[in-house]
Amino acid sequence: MAPPAVTPASPSVAHGKRFLIAWIVLSAIATPLVAIFLGPAIPPGNDSVQASEQVFSNTVMVSISTPVCVFVLLFLLYVFASFRSRGSALVDGPPIRGDARIQLIWMVVTSATVLFLAGFGTYELLKSGSGGGQGPNAAFQPAGYKRALDVQVIGQQWEFTYRYPTYGGVEVPHLVLPADTLIRLHVTSLDAIHSFWAYQLGVKADANPGVDNIVYVETKGPLQFDIHCAELCGLWHGYMFDTGHVVGASTFAAWIKRQQSYFEPVMRYLPPYATNYLPDPSRRAG
Amino acid sequence: MSRTGAKILGVATGVAVAGILIGFYIAGYLVGNTPAFRPTVQGSSASPTVHLTIETVAAVGPTLAPHPDWVSYLVRNNSGRWERSTVFTLPAHATIRVTIYNFDGASGLRNPLFGRPTGLVGPELVDGKPLVVMPPDQPSHTFAVPALGVLVPLAPVADNAKNTCGYAPCLLSMAHRTMTFVFRTGKKGHYRWQCFVPCAAGFMYGFGGPMQTIGYMDGFLNVV
Repeated sequence: MAPPAVTPASPSVAHGKRFLIAWIVLSAIATPLVAIFLGPAIPPGNDSVQASEQVFSNTVMVSISTPVCVFVLLFLLYVFASFRSRGSALVDGPPIRGDARIQLIWMVVTSATVLFLAGFGTYELLKSGSGGGQGPNAAFQPAGYKRALDVQVIGQQWEFTYRYPTYGGVEVPHLVLPADTLIRLHVTSLDAIHSFWAYQLGVKADANPGVDNIVYVETKGPLQFDIHCAELCGLWHGYMFDTGHVVGASTFAAWIKRQQSYFEPVMRYLPPYATNYLPDPSRRAG
Repeated sequence: MSRTGAKILGVATGVAVAGILIGFYIAGYLVGNTPAFRPTVQGSSASPTVHLTIETVAAVGPTLAPHPDWVSYLVRNNSGRWERSTVFTLPAHATIRVTIYNFDGASGLRNPLFGRPTGLVGPELVDGKPLVVMPPDQPSHTFAVPALGVLVPLAPVADNAKNTCGYAPCLLSMAHRTMTFVFRTGKKGHYRWQCFVPCAAGFMYGFGGPMQTIGYMDGFLNVV
């Protein structure tokens, strides 16, 4: 049987130019759409200053990556469409030779993109901690940090409890925060490693025994937010959740007063407020 | 199929079977094959009431569990016998009247906050007397349903008590403390409950074994 006729790709078609134009046009359409519509919808939302910063960072990074994504997908589709086999015999394409200009452009563009993203991400991360734990000596303090309300988050198998040193060190089983306030959370643990994750507030910080993990969050208006443990910590890890509340100043004042009253009898048994606690092993737990 | 392909298929099948068996083992270990207990419901459907009678023992004994030396909760079933179950099926928006007989000694809390009873209708009564707070070195165990805000510390049997119970089931003629309290179940759901006292003797920090196994010191309230 005779081999089918060979049909070499037409060298007259300017594939590079055609692809470049299509990529620029599609990127010019897709990038604003992503920045305007998709980016702001990316979690965790806008319920705290840190959450808003995270949404902004995600929007910028997703927008910058959009032309890259368009390039890859368009290239794939273009190759499928233009260079697919049409029943003719397979033959070698024209030899590929180095093109210093393309290589230089490629290196400059990709390096600039990566370096920009690294710099932007680092700046955003360090600007106010970005809702992440900074360890006991927070390197980056937001403006007005000296007036921040201290709240301690204590992880234990399997519940988070909260101490308010500004209010006599009262400890409570549910987290309530005042609205429009800069909060300095001190996250620690009494036993295993947990991770305090206040989803809508954009806060996530590991709770390690003996460690004071500081994280800043600035609340906005009243809301409910979900609290989860984000570190596998034993049997009830999946049930270690709660609902936190951000409330107005007067509501918070009334609430904390009720807590001080209700938990007053146990105050004499609580250890003095400290940045972390390492309880002595009890009788059976030695 | 080529010989190499058959080998790969055999290894993949073996890995999959081993994974499934390990999964079953872990699930069985965690759940402990605990049957759900459905207590008798009294009162009207609009205002149901359930009486739960529970005992806490230092060792569950050889007749009730594969781990006879583990600390455990037991529940009195509808025929009056003690049963090792920590999964209770309860009606929604019901009043649950609980009596807990504790036959175990003190272990102590890691967090003293849990010495304060919370989430109850009325006070917690210990041997008939209202409890405001229990010192942290006292609690033997706690009955806590965090999602309902319920937390009840259990008073211990004195170290020098006579006629103590070695292992379950324990008789009420033996040394014990009695806790009574009332709570509401609220809406339908799947609520876990647990002990917060690190009471698992022989396990690191007292929080392994029975503290990590449903059917001993952990369970569910299936609110239906």
